[in-house]
Amino acid sequence: MSYLPHTADDRSHMLQTIGAASVEDLLQPIPERLRLLRPLKLPEAQNEYDLLQHMKALAAANTDVGANIFVGGGAYNHFIPAVTEMVTSRSEFLTAYTPYQAEASQGTLQTIFEYQTMICRLTGMDVANASVYDGGTAAADALIMAANKTRRRLVYVSQAVNPQVRQVIATYLAGSDIEVRELPIEQGMTVLPELTKEVAAVMVQIPNFFGIVEDGPSFCAKVREAGALPIVAVGDAVSLAMLEAPANYGAAICCGDAQALGLPLSFGGPYCGFLACKQELMRNIPGRLVGITEDRHGKRGYCLTLQAREQHIRREKAASNICSNQGLCALAVTVYLSLVGPKGLQQVARGSKLAADALKKALGAIDGFSVEFAAPTFNEFVLRCPKGRAGEILDYLAQHGIIGGCALGQDYPELSDCLLLCCTELTKPEAVERYAALLRSWVSENAQEGKA
Amino acid sequence: MIPNDLKYTNDHEWVRVNGDVAEIGITDFAQEQLGDIVFVEVPALGTVLEAGERLGVVESVKTVSDVFAPVSGEVIEINPLLVEDNDEFSPEIVNSDAFGKGWMVRVRMSNAAELDKLLSAADYKIVTEEA
Amino acid sequence: MDSKTVFEKSRPGRAGVAVPNYWGADDNAGSAGIPEAMRRAKAPALPELSECDVTRHYVGLSQKNFSVDTQFYPLGSCTMKFNPRINEKVAALPGFAGCHPLAPASMCQGSLQLMYELQQYLAEITGMDAVTLQPAAGAHGEVTALFMISRYFHDKGEPRTKVIVPDSSHGTNPASAALAGFQVVTIASAPDGSVDLEALKASLDGSVACLMLTNPSTLGLFESKIEAITELVHGVGGLVYYDGANMNALMGLVRPGDMGFDLVHLNMHKTFSTPHGGGGPGAGPVGARGELVDYLPGPVVRQGDKGYELTAMPHTIGRVRLFWGSFAVLAKAYAYIRSLGASGLRQASEMAALAANYMRVRLHERYHVPYDTFCMHEFVLSADRMKAEKGVHAVDIAKALLDRGFHAPTIYFPLIVEEALMIEPTETESLETLDAFVDALLEIADEEAETLHSCPLNFSVSHLDETKAARKPVLQWPEA
Repeated sequence: MSYLPHTADDRSHMLQTIGAASVEDLLQPIPERLRLLRPLKLPEAQNEYDLLQHMKALAAANTDVGANIFVGGGAYNHFIPAVTEMVTSRSEFLTAYTPYQAEASQGTLQTIFEYQTMICRLTGMDVANASVYDGGTAAADALIMAANKTRRRLVYVSQAVNPQVRQVIATYLAGSDIEVRELPIEQGMTVLPELTKEVAAVMVQIPNFFGIVEDGPSFCAKVREAGALPIVAVGDAVSLAMLEAPANYGAAICCGDAQALGLPLSFGGPYCGFLACKQELMRNIPGRLVGITEDRHGKRGYCLTLQAREQHIRREKAASNICSNQGLCALAVTVYLSLVGPKGLQQVARGSKLAADALKKALGAIDGFSVEFAAPTFNEFVLRCPKGRAGEILDYLAQHGIIGGCALGQDYPELSDCLLLCCTELTKPEAVERYAALLRSWVSENAQEGKA
Repeated sequence: MIPNDLKYTNDHEWVRVNGDVAEIGITDFAQEQLGDIVFVEVPALGTVLEAGERLGVVESVKTVSDVFAPVSGEVIEINPLLVEDNDEFSPEIVNSDAFGKGWMVRVRMSNAAELDKLLSAADYKIVTEEA
Repeated sequence: MDSKTVFEKSRPGRAGVAVPNYWGADDNAGSAGIPEAMRRAKAPALPELSECDVTRHYVGLSQKNFSVDTQFYPLGSCTMKFNPRINEKVAALPGFAGCHPLAPASMCQGSLQLMYELQQYLAEITGMDAVTLQPAAGAHGEVTALFMISRYFHDKGEPRTKVIVPDSSHGTNPASAALAGFQVVTIASAPDGSVDLEALKASLDGSVACLMLTNPSTLGLFESKIEAITELVHGVGGLVYYDGANMNALMGLVRPGDMGFDLVHLNMHKTFSTPHGGGGPGAGPVGARGELVDYLPGPVVRQGDKGYELTAMPHTIGRVRLFWGSFAVLAKAYAYIRSLGASGLRQASEMAALAANYMRVRLHERYHVPYDTFCMHEFVLSADRMKAEKGVHAVDIAKALLDRGFHAPTIYFPLIVEEALMIEPTETESLETLDAFVDALLEIADEEAETLHSCPLNFSVSHLDETKAARKPVLQWPEA
């Protein structure tokens, strides 16, 4: 066994030192009746070569569609530079634990500090934590911290927030005394009601789930007027390079998932939830925070700070139960943003939007198809298909090696004939053309059969 | 050193009475237990507190402790040294002068009879010795 | 080595990579249609560096870290075992890494099969009926199980309000219970460090939803009275939850399900060798038995007529995160289980106990071992006597170990041991490494307090002023 170093001699030496006759002696505290007396039912151990072949076969059972991924919905297929993966596979980052011993963890601590800074600069916020599980739990954390800060117990979440994010919020707040109500949408955009004094916070997503760039300044102003905290959840995080920083138009808290900034799709995880807020909420933000300090000689160093409210000290009175962050994922985001820089990220954003605009135009012009909402979008949009045919169209595209979008009917019954589509800077003009050509072929094939 | 002219609670708060105004803080024993204090959360001006209700929080590097109102009343003054937005924000004053400049709030008492339930310096000394 | 931030190294006009540009996305193109008020007025102030600069900066920073690949890292309760490299390689295979979570099931059968099989393996290892792979970490698994428990009793028309935790438990236990809306009841441990049955009995009634328990406990001791404990809780209609942080002690030896636990979480990043990544990402799958299976969050993977598919359980609590799970982490755990097989996993647990007991016995004359008996995978020392004798604290010993090239044990936990040093060697460390670490600890025991107080000396920074950091927090680098 390659991972177990103890030779027979080692074992007998260790047992002798302990004064035990066998390893079984050490297991005496486990009542005999509870012991598992058979081997676990697991596949036979595999050597490294066989394991690799097995895993390659599994990976090959996924369809390779290249960049023909026209779906986003919370996971975005952007370019990842090689250095990102090189740094995250460095042993010293990969196999370190949480930076509890600050002197021996300055690498991890400084990268978290840099990550916090980058999230602040993207969102315009004053404070960002070291990351949380994903954009879903970040949204739940945002609402809880707003309720704690305002001591109010009602929060509103727009129905144009990613349905999966809303489902996470619902699960998280089910056992709490915070009530969650959803805000209706009209023409793909959030409708804000009159807000009463019980409202702690209102959350919209920008760009929203349909890719629409909602009117952030007017939303935040209305929410602030009611004494509540405006929370902006971010769709594709790349959009922050093109759209105004949420703090600059009045948001108090900004949350989202940083997957788009350097993390592979990996079938949904691990990703990287970001959570940032204005200064006045600094004492309410959950999770890890790294700050600058000095050592005994006045030398700059980095350490975890404001941790006294966390679970290892406060137990049931803690601000949240999180005891980790998405360390390596946050590192990947930090390295990605350092590599692309401000101009590169803007280029990624523009390329993504230009590709989506081109696809929107091309598909909207096809007989029987139309773009659902008129409002301006970033890199996602909703396409209405001929009645009752959305699923069939996805299958047709899949047969041609294209992930053509995602169906919306399950979460939005009124959009059951619609698909949510997405492009990134990796979507080439010829891929857009091919998608449109396939839809036209589908139309003509079905017209011949008299079905379209 | 436990000043004789103050009243105390089992939770290590102290009260200095000036007419119908009660000045409230945490004791020297409490600050010693907490270690380096880095932040004090105080209630907003005008907050009406019930005796026993949470008044605020004292946070040190290693722990956080709730502070409870020893008496009922309205908060009429907050120690400016403990307000984070102020330039002179210096929570360490609670460590260096817990019974003096480290006071937290001044409260206009609504029920002075509550003072009778508080501990004398001698009684509080016993509390600290047993802790 | 400098401690300058990447922002201080930035020079306008540099770039670390040329991003794909298929759409002529120059300065003026692209934001068409976006209302003026929503267009970014000023580019985000991200650093501008060449690829070489970025590489040096981050590789340089990596060298300021201790890690399992470079040092012995015996952090108690964290299971810092060696992280096999093949796992990294297979999880990053392009077929896995490039798979979009919203691709039709027909296009991601490989990923789904892996998840399905892993669900089966983990159910077998824990003795549970079914497993969800959704939770992103151990604490996330805990709160997931508590959400399930809350919903389960709600549906039964028994709104139970209390969760019991021993005072030796991980801080996440009570914090998770509070997050799920429960009232936490902490019970004191018996003098031998085990659950105090009388205290448990006294706290049990019809309002108790659940007891959260780690076994072996955070002292590294197997809870021998476990059957009595689970029976007592079941006796009042409550459930028993297994905090899987210490599962590395038990693989193939005894299963939580057989001990009477109703729900478990496992840490892929502890027991199943996935790297800790400086704090994450981990994965904390949750297993359940009996009726509770229907409450698992999801979707989970099942085998359908057309292959593997995602499905929701009938009374599912819903989602606890986006998509299906931290797939890349799960793939590493899957590879680990396939590498070791049944006998390998069992041997790993046995060797973890052998290593821990060996170190305990080598140390117990010079250090105070408050619970000095056969331990499982870890044990706890106390520096209380050294503190009394010469003013040496657990933290001083920790820092002195760092100077000698070892990562420190977990210190000041569990809370029930004064000046605690919690040591978990794991099964992957050789006898020579264990001996070297023990020798270092023995040497430290003879050092003068003054010498120890000056540690650590061999790092880019000496002891850091945490008070300064917390009084005037600087949490981001100011923009120039």
